[in-house]
Amino acid sequence: MVEFALPKNSKITGGKTWPKPAGATELREFKVYRWNPDDGKNPSVDTYYVDTNDCGPMVLDGLIWIKNHIDPSLTFRRSCREGVCGSCAMNIDGQNTLACTKSMHDVKDGAVKINPLPHQPVVKDLVPDLTNFYAQYASVEPWLKTTSPTPQKEWRQSHEDREKLDGLYECILCACCSTSCPSYWWNSDRYLGPAALLQANRWVSDSRDEATGERLDNLEDPFRLYRCHTIMNCAKACPKGLNPAEAIAELKLKLVERQI
Amino acid sequence: MSFDESHGSPKRPSMRTPLGRVRNLGAAHSGTTDFWRQRITGVAMTLLMIPALVIIMMLLGRNQVYAAQTLSSIPVAVILLLFIFASAWHMKIGMQVVIEDYVHNEKLKLTAIMLNNFFSVAVALASTYAILKLSSGV
Repeated sequence: MVEFALPKNSKITGGKTWPKPAGATELREFKVYRWNPDDGKNPSVDTYYVDTNDCGPMVLDGLIWIKNHIDPSLTFRRSCREGVCGSCAMNIDGQNTLACTKSMHDVKDGAVKINPLPHQPVVKDLVPDLTNFYAQYASVEPWLKTTSPTPQKEWRQSHEDREKLDGLYECILCACCSTSCPSYWWNSDRYLGPAALLQANRWVSDSRDEATGERLDNLEDPFRLYRCHTIMNCAKACPKGLNPAEAIAELKLKLVERQI
Repeated sequence: MSFDESHGSPKRPSMRTPLGRVRNLGAAHSGTTDFWRQRITGVAMTLLMIPALVIIMMLLGRNQVYAAQTLSSIPVAVILLLFIFASAWHMKIGMQVVIEDYVHNEKLKLTAIMLNNFFSVAVALASTYAILKLSSGV
């Protein structure tokens, strides 16, 4: 059966409360998930106090401030700090989102609670192991596949056909959607998840691609595609405002269309 | 190296590549038929629900003679039979989805799916037999 409870070694126990920074006038409490693979201990939630007058407004700014001023061992991914790279995806105040685009002022009640993306193996602290997620993306072969001779210039596409890719090409593969999906939690070994399926639909919808049928063949599977039960957590979680559930519904419709 | 569901500790290291694990046995090339049938039976149940409920309400508290008389009408019997077929089929597909979602032990899963099929067919046949018996006045 699926595991509804955390394994023993994943249960959160205790946590350290770090001293408030001296001289700070405005403090914000951060409760951050910590786990170190090297110390053999269970995960914990540490409490930090961030001087909001000394750092930027976003949750990522707060985390960087903690790392720079309080605890250099705090581990998290970050890069672009403007919602383009998807590196800083994490669970903030119960919602998967990007730390760089989430304002700490939008977390209304009490502490800013930060956990790694749910139901993924943790490498350290807020860093999840996304190996399977990326392999699922690779499995949809996210590149243009053609058999016609390559044109001397570019593969041409009408404006109307190009518009069909809107709402699909913007995905930054942050994994917020897939890791918010209960179907993905239970069956991530076989279900491709919202992100990979949105990407699959991006290539199925591309008028220049000549492998549409082959792509649909590769997706037609009770687990790879049909584990989606339209729960819609993916659309709610997407920090780019995309709708993976709709993309999955389009894939299902195309599969029905070619059968009937 | 792969990680199991627990935190970090590589309890079950696999030498298979991540892509190899994702591709695994390949696509089953099925699922669309069940998906489409679940929608068809869902729409059918929505359409048949009210007439079926009206018939059942008409039969409440009445004796077998009255029930046999009501079901001897062809439209009434057909509505109930269609409702039974649609519900049993919908139940079978829906329950199989739930089993596939939550039961991960392969043997247990196959057994549960098999029992689910038997149960759905048994419910459909028993109901069909009862409706036909009453409607034919035997």
